Amino acid sequence: MRNIFLFIRRYFNFVFFVVLQIAALYILFHYNKFHEAVFSGVANEITGTVGGRYSDVASYFSLKKTNDQLAKENTELRNELLSNIDRPDTTQRVIQDTVPYDTLGHYRKYVWRDAKVVNNSVSLPYNTLTINRGEKQGVQKNMGVISPGGVVGVVINTSNNFAVVMSLLHRQSRLAVSLKKTGESGQLSWDGVSPEVMTLKNIPKSAQVAIGDSVVTSPYGSYRFPQGIMVGTITDIIDDKSSFYVLKIKPSTNFFNVQYVSVVENLQKDEQAKLEEATKNVQ
Amino acid sequence: MSDMLRNTVRFVVFILVQEFVLFQIHPLHRFIVPYVYFLYILWLPFSMGRASLMLLSFVFGLTLDYFTQTPGLHAAACVLIAYLRPFVVNILLPQEGAEQNYKSPSPVSMGWAPYFLYVVVLTLVHNIYLVLLEWLQFGSFLYFLGKVLATSGISIMLILIAELLFFRKEKFRTNTA
Repeated sequence: MRNIFLFIRRYFNFVFFVVLQIAALYILFHYNKFHEAVFSGVANEITGTVGGRYSDVASYFSLKKTNDQLAKENTELRNELLSNIDRPDTTQRVIQDTVPYDTLGHYRKYVWRDAKVVNNSVSLPYNTLTINRGEKQGVQKNMGVISPGGVVGVVINTSNNFAVVMSLLHRQSRLAVSLKKTGESGQLSWDGVSPEVMTLKNIPKSAQVAIGDSVVTSPYGSYRFPQGIMVGTITDIIDDKSSFYVLKIKPSTNFFNVQYVSVVENLQKDEQAKLEEATKNVQ
Repeated sequence: MSDMLRNTVRFVVFILVQEFVLFQIHPLHRFIVPYVYFLYILWLPFSMGRASLMLLSFVFGLTLDYFTQTPGLHAAACVLIAYLRPFVVNILLPQEGAEQNYKSPSPVSMGWAPYFLYVVVLTLVHNIYLVLLEWLQFGSFLYFLGKVLATSGISIMLILIAELLFFRKEKFRTNTA
């Protein structure tokens, strides 16, 4: 026993070094598996506050660009208003149903919340964004995040007033997308090389693809995003030996200057996930 | 300024510069990531015990990790160079007792050539370990090698610029004074 104590005292520095290394590596690998880490709630709150101060200053530099973008989006939305559409047929009248709710059973499926990006990275292999909405504002893990340009990523961690979003430019990011024109679904990932190039796999060779085609969120696979949200455009088609294409995609979101985003909540997610889980258990 | 205050200010400044200046630079190339923050560990005084040096480095690395959302990655690399620092200093010090005559490692206290070697060795160790941890999860050997070399080159260049810009005057202390 005495020898053990002597040994520890003699090699205290080395033992302490090993302990700290193990602690660091444990946090690292634990985090990558579960997207959670020790004290991440408190740390999020602090780094989010600092990031918020920084982005308050930095946002002035791109004010004009942001304004242009918002104005453009406003016009697009205004164009979609029903009041723009005239009814050419005057022989028919709309009759208001006396029942106040829709008997066909229409219900709300998606809720949108706006948020501001307070911290953002594009130069690392694991890029994340921090937004200034958290649990108190109803943001939870696994919600989708969208910018005026297109899909941004998925919420992976939340604290009271902030949330961390795994950007599409993250090595562990996987997104189910489909071709806008023909509807074939595949999986979008990022290899960490260039923020301008993402990889889309599992599109069968039977699909007709052309450079410049749009890629949108898939109706299957992910219940985080509504169907048909813009993700990117095809920039290159690689024809490998298998029966699937490998497509290079340029994301439509500009990750370098994204400032305002919307968080999408799917109100039926739990029900769908529960049903699918139950079915899996039956098989 | 006392050592404690000086190092606390440096702690904050290095973290903020790394996160909000160097990590915000648009990527020139996938191999090039400008790391300078660990210069903080190289500048810590000689008089710190090895255990407290490692503990401080761990906290320092972890602080940066919380900004980049990679808890443990930078902390592990920082602890490694903090552990190796005393060995490298002992080998490279020009004469016995210099660590009593000067406060902290600098070109003045160690001489330009030994100090440069000290920076190169610890930068390489830091980057090799950091990229190795990334490489364990993905990438090829060529990626590993290229990233270590490119990142170390940029780091050493930036550290030299920092040394020239913020020249630290080191007073020669003797027992007689």
